[in-house]
Amino acid sequence: MITAPSPVLTKKNYLNEAHSLKSWLLTKDHKRIGILYLISVTFFFMLGGLYAAMIRLELMTPAGDLLESNTYNKVFTMHGVLMVFLFLIPSIPAVLGNFLLPLMIGAKDVAFPRLNLLSYYVYLAGGLFIFTSLILGGVDTGWTFYTPFSTSYSNGYVLTTGLGIFIAGFSSILTGLNFIVTIHRMRAPGLTWFRLPLFVWAHYATSMIQILGTPVVAVTLFLVVLERGLHIGFFDPAYGGDPVLFQHMFWFYSHPAVYIMILPSMGVVSEIISTFSSKKPFGYTFIAFSSLAIAVFGFLVWGHHLYVASQSVYAGMVFSILTYIVAIPSAIKIFNWLATMYKGSVRITTPMLYAFGFMGLFTIGGLTGLFLASIGLDVHLTDTYFVVAHFHYVMVGGAIMGFLGGIHFWWPKITGRMYPEGWSKLSAIMVFCGFNLTFFPQFLVGYMGMPRRYHVYPPEFQVFNVLSTAGAGLLGVGYFVPFIYLLWSLKYGKLAGDNPWGATGLEWKTSSPPIHQNFEVTPVVTQEAYTYTTEEVAHIG
Amino acid sequence: MEPRSFQLFPEAASNFAGQVDGLYAFLVLTSAFFSLIIAFFTVFFAIKYRRKDNTIPTPIDEHGIGGMILEITWSVIPLGLSMVMFGWGAVIFFTESRPPADAMNVYVTGKQWMWKIQHQEGAREINELHIPVDRDIRLTMTSEDVIHDFFVPAFRTKSDVLPGKYTTEWFRPTKIGAYHIFCAEYCGTKHSGMIGVVYVMSQADYNDWLAKGSGEGSMAEQGQALFNQLGCGNCHPSTVQRTNGRAPNLAGIYGTTVDLKDGSRVKVDEAYIRESVLNPEGRIVAGYDNIMPTFKGLMTEDGLLKLVEYVKSLGPANGAPMPAVPGTVDLNPKQTQLKAGGTAAQAGKK
Repeated sequence: MITAPSPVLTKKNYLNEAHSLKSWLLTKDHKRIGILYLISVTFFFMLGGLYAAMIRLELMTPAGDLLESNTYNKVFTMHGVLMVFLFLIPSIPAVLGNFLLPLMIGAKDVAFPRLNLLSYYVYLAGGLFIFTSLILGGVDTGWTFYTPFSTSYSNGYVLTTGLGIFIAGFSSILTGLNFIVTIHRMRAPGLTWFRLPLFVWAHYATSMIQILGTPVVAVTLFLVVLERGLHIGFFDPAYGGDPVLFQHMFWFYSHPAVYIMILPSMGVVSEIISTFSSKKPFGYTFIAFSSLAIAVFGFLVWGHHLYVASQSVYAGMVFSILTYIVAIPSAIKIFNWLATMYKGSVRITTPMLYAFGFMGLFTIGGLTGLFLASIGLDVHLTDTYFVVAHFHYVMVGGAIMGFLGGIHFWWPKITGRMYPEGWSKLSAIMVFCGFNLTFFPQFLVGYMGMPRRYHVYPPEFQVFNVLSTAGAGLLGVGYFVPFIYLLWSLKYGKLAGDNPWGATGLEWKTSSPPIHQNFEVTPVVTQEAYTYTTEEVAHIG
Repeated sequence: MEPRSFQLFPEAASNFAGQVDGLYAFLVLTSAFFSLIIAFFTVFFAIKYRRKDNTIPTPIDEHGIGGMILEITWSVIPLGLSMVMFGWGAVIFFTESRPPADAMNVYVTGKQWMWKIQHQEGAREINELHIPVDRDIRLTMTSEDVIHDFFVPAFRTKSDVLPGKYTTEWFRPTKIGAYHIFCAEYCGTKHSGMIGVVYVMSQADYNDWLAKGSGEGSMAEQGQALFNQLGCGNCHPSTVQRTNGRAPNLAGIYGTTVDLKDGSRVKVDEAYIRESVLNPEGRIVAGYDNIMPTFKGLMTEDGLLKLVEYVKSLGPANGAPMPAVPGTVDLNPKQTQLKAGGTAAQAGKK
């Protein structure tokens, strides 16, 4: 690939304008806050990954020989809590969203830079609570905290962990609020709503869910804390409560939360596929509105987690049909991405490989969601490994493929340097293969009836579990290699130049890495997004 | 349950297994079809339209007629297919959630970390469930502590088992054999040890098994003993045409709908009987005062189920006619309520 003629690193940019620790820890620059988030979520991802490794090692044999039952339960709980609340939910919005939203809309920063810094520290405080409970001895409720187990029976650190999630939730709410105001108020002149990049639309929809959904889970966990700490009856029948009420409240947030993880990822994929096809996304408006449709309908499907939890038959049917309806906007996106490549000018780069990986894994994750939406089938499948496989395909296959794709795609912008092409392609392929080997066998063993969260299991399920553990090994390497070469590239990577991909967004119109104020002059937008010109297409060869 | 060779379907041993497997096969085929189409076009477009020169591809106008047709096509076809999946799944679920009226009752109590099972005839077992083949079986289930879930993969059905509430699950085993019972709702430390075995037996073998019995009489008889021991009969008459003004007569009350003090009505079912023992001041029958003490903490869930069985035995459920001779209600309901089990239970008493 020929890059633009000898790119130079911007002399003064957001990275080198000040070097003190204080200039990082008290920064109000959205780009630096994005980097702070990147470091923190990477830490929690690695910790969560460590727990995943312990789970997979334990499950290689049917007997509970590596960990004790109690330890195993804590391990899968901490894996879930860390990954969901401290990695997946903040991953794309807080890292890439923070870094890119203002750049993409031609703004100097988000609407409330101080609030942005506050959300980071609120997140960190929540993380600290969760980390503390982990050090003290962990919690064994599963990340779902089902009552009355969590309120009256568990002997883990439910209060600390619950408070940690409660606190981290406020970070999510504040970030969502910040983004919505930023998108409404800070767009550059001429940047009308339908000229916005799809990444921005996706984050707008995500922010809506963060603002409307997160308070509910915060309240729910607070009630758990009240019941556990003060024996005020909400959920435990022994105190006159209703255990299923908890599930309604929990999933009212936690189902839409899946869309907090996946919508930003879809935004990333839209950008990548358009850029590497040098073509405006087919069905721009359909993709944009399907994000909003997912955000709205996503709030109406929580009851599909409760088909067997004594919910009424007719309620189950309503939730089932609504779940099928929410699947349609996702299907629309997949077909629109395919149509974008049609007669495009396609380049197979690392971000593009991740985008393909996203499409593959999200398709399987989405289609297996249809299995679980179908009530008669869900009665057999729910709480088995089929569910585990399904949500890993969506949340890990989907969200992390998007996250890694986005990190690679914008790495030149964030750091001003390129990552090594060969290694990155190799690791993208390893991630894809390792992921499928890990989780596809879990669909099969799930239909066979292996329940989730089982420490010990009957021997006939072993062959699937051994495959799964082997895949997890490959997946782990696939995740670790980028960590090494991305760090390496900070110093040794080729200089990237302002627009190494020939992309069209405003973020590519400024220097790499961008200056503190993002743009020398506030850009004026005069055309639709994704208008590729000869200049952009030519200089990347 | 001897280990078998590699397989992708669990044993199919109930009336639901074929239906669920059929729907599963339909979904697998549909999903495979769409996955392959998407994978094919991704690879095909990536190769066919790979960058050859620096010309800018012409964007397609999705608002044109061709674009709209495409958008509508790929929205409507998945919608149509998904409605088939919805309907098919809903029909199966509807059957799953409606136990036949004449199903054989078995009572299940879950507790950390075991399954306690009581048969109407009095037999009790732990982590095992013996049932006859080709009979509709209805499980009435509750939990003593946290939420559990009674899952038999070979029957393709499960239901949560909740504290403070009765849930039901039914199936008709179609194949003699031994199958896994799993607790499918995470319930704490030994969750994965809360497993058991369903033994589906021929009717004759089942009768023999029942005949070994517990020696404690039927559940209704044990319930009656509990009823007397707790002095319930001091206020609650249990034979027809007796009233004392203190509490409702329990004879014949099961399955009826009674008027409550607050003007609403309630069906006297398992849940209402349980509630009335534990929380008597909650929903009082019209015409009576709030004088009954609570039995919360004094009763186990197993005991409650026995009381429920006893009250059931006093009453002609489902609107069946009242006994002919007043005052001589048969306290032993087996002849009317049970078909095959009755003789076996009597045999068990001897």
